[in-house]
Amino acid sequence: MPDSSPDLMRQTGETNSDAGTRPVVLSVRDVTVAFGEKVVLENLSLDVYRGEILGFVGASGTGKSVLLRTVLGLVPKKSGSVEMFGVDLDDASEQERVLVDMRVGVLFQHGALFSALTVKENIQVPMREYLDLPKPLMDELALLKLEMVGLPPDAADKFPSELSGGMIKRAALARALALDPDLVFLDEPTSGLDPIGAADFDELVRTLRDTMGLTVYMVTHDLDSLFSVCDRIAVLGGKKVLVDGTVDDMMQVEDPWVKSYFRGKRARQIDLSARAEVN
Amino acid sequence: MTGLMLTKDTADASSSNSDNRDHPPAIHSREEGSRTVWQLSGTWNTRSVHLVDAQMRELERTKAQQNVVIDISAVERLDTAGAWLVERLAAARINAGADVEILGASEAAQTLLPAVRRAIRSPESSSRERQPFFLIRWLELLGRAMESAWLDFIAGTYILGATIRGAQMKLGRGHAVNPAAIFNQIDRMGVGAIPVVVLICSIVGAIVAQQGAYQLRWFGAEIFIVDLVGILALRELGVLLTAIMVAGRSGSAITAEIGSMRMREEVDALKVIGLNPIGVLVFPRLVALVIAVPCLTIIANAATLGGGMLVALLYSGIPPEAFIDRLHASVDLSTIFAGLIKAPFMALIIGIVASVEGMKVGGSAESLGRHVTSAVVKSIFVVIVLDGLFAMFYVAIGF
Repeated sequence: MPDSSPDLMRQTGETNSDAGTRPVVLSVRDVTVAFGEKVVLENLSLDVYRGEILGFVGASGTGKSVLLRTVLGLVPKKSGSVEMFGVDLDDASEQERVLVDMRVGVLFQHGALFSALTVKENIQVPMREYLDLPKPLMDELALLKLEMVGLPPDAADKFPSELSGGMIKRAALARALALDPDLVFLDEPTSGLDPIGAADFDELVRTLRDTMGLTVYMVTHDLDSLFSVCDRIAVLGGKKVLVDGTVDDMMQVEDPWVKSYFRGKRARQIDLSARAEVN
Repeated sequence: MTGLMLTKDTADASSSNSDNRDHPPAIHSREEGSRTVWQLSGTWNTRSVHLVDAQMRELERTKAQQNVVIDISAVERLDTAGAWLVERLAAARINAGADVEILGASEAAQTLLPAVRRAIRSPESSSRERQPFFLIRWLELLGRAMESAWLDFIAGTYILGATIRGAQMKLGRGHAVNPAAIFNQIDRMGVGAIPVVVLICSIVGAIVAQQGAYQLRWFGAEIFIVDLVGILALRELGVLLTAIMVAGRSGSAITAEIGSMRMREEVDALKVIGLNPIGVLVFPRLVALVIAVPCLTIIANAATLGGGMLVALLYSGIPPEAFIDRLHASVDLSTIFAGLIKAPFMALIIGIVASVEGMKVGGSAESLGRHVTSAVVKSIFVVIVLDGLFAMFYVAIGF
């Protein structure tokens, strides 16, 4: 069990067995997505609870990215509903949608920073769109966000093409956090980073969750991330969520893919070292 | 951590119109003995801080060195933006020599405030560079323009040299000339351009003939429109219009192709494999242009004369036989070659300018657009300048 969760449960009087009573931030119900004849997701349901870091795994091509894009409204769904903060995104008025959009931040897999804008301007894009802030304050907030994601201030005036892979991820995270969202989606945040950089990034996600009260939905393949920061893990397979639960729960699952993923050679080594660190 | 979540919880997750219940942020100042107490209340988040930003800045600038208490116990919601304002105020007062105490921070604020405090820097670091005098800036601009023109020229000669040297960088196997690539490019740049070149040139030929006929009619010398159209078309118009069309059509394509390959590191991949990217990418295009543009020029000449002939028939009643007869008298082979000789040079210039711009494309989409634009503008400019130089040259040698 990651260290922050028991703490959270004690203080809010919630227990793991009674997960249904925790506030649900994102609720996916019976979602079916198909491209032509090919059904990618079928009657998939998933809940994300306030304040948790949910790790989302699955073999390549099982539709992790499709689900993420469906939740964000980038891919149309055949049936089912997606609720964020209690708002059904299909029934929401434009006003409600805008309010929901302001509470959501997304880190795309390759950063998706606007190449024609500097890092600072990238961070200010959502601020300009939604808020009426004076320019000096916007500059200060952009630098604050940079500091929070661990980038030096001189990165602010650089263009994305001048940044390294790890810095692009951090800058993109700063943009995702520009409006102080309640829910952030991270698409493979540590892919393409070296192990030390990836561990730093995991630590950063946890710190931000603690300071800003974020809820994090993280698509990842990184076993280190799953073991070290995720409170809960959901596994996608067979067009729906196969299992969800803590790392310890995953160890009990008998599904062959889950078994080889969490009890494979690499996983065992990481698990042992992670446990050694805790003790 | 949970404390902050509770602050945010004041708006329940499941209620969508929670924002309507927000109280605007407010600052109340009062004196308490020797200390000033600033009592903050309301919602201090990213969406509301602009309401108090100016007021907070005023408080930061006050001269008084009184000790200060910032009481945030009445703040309903605080996020990083709100915490920033609080910490900025505290830092400004401390710099002014006052003692600052922040009271009433919730558990969440106690984690958030120190995290924000780290971003506070001394004000000197953010001071702007002063802009120099406008004359200096203008001279700097001029200097930069001159330098970049010189560098462009160097790059152009480099590309020309590398093109002549051939495709392979290492002396190995492989043929410098790839006929399939060249023919493919001729098809795209030459054959594909025929319809638009014919259309434009016949229209321009017709316009020149009509204007000439209208003016010459006063002197009863309408037959001289044949001389006018014939010499103008063969010496100048055909080749110039073709070159401008090709610069717009193919110059932009060359820059965009090479530029996007640079953006995706394909050019670097060619280098690593041991190929000369200029030889591989630019050479076939240059050869294709040098072959295609003269051929297009011949077609353009014919189209211009055709347009002129049509107007001569319809507007001035000069039958085609008379037109051709007159053309024989006024135009000889040297007129045709005076135009045609320019075509390969213009093709070369268009190809080199477009390749230089393509090689300069950087990482961003904007830079691609900028270089494609400047490739077209520069190549049209250089083509016209070259045309002028040829005109002077012909006069000097009496051609």
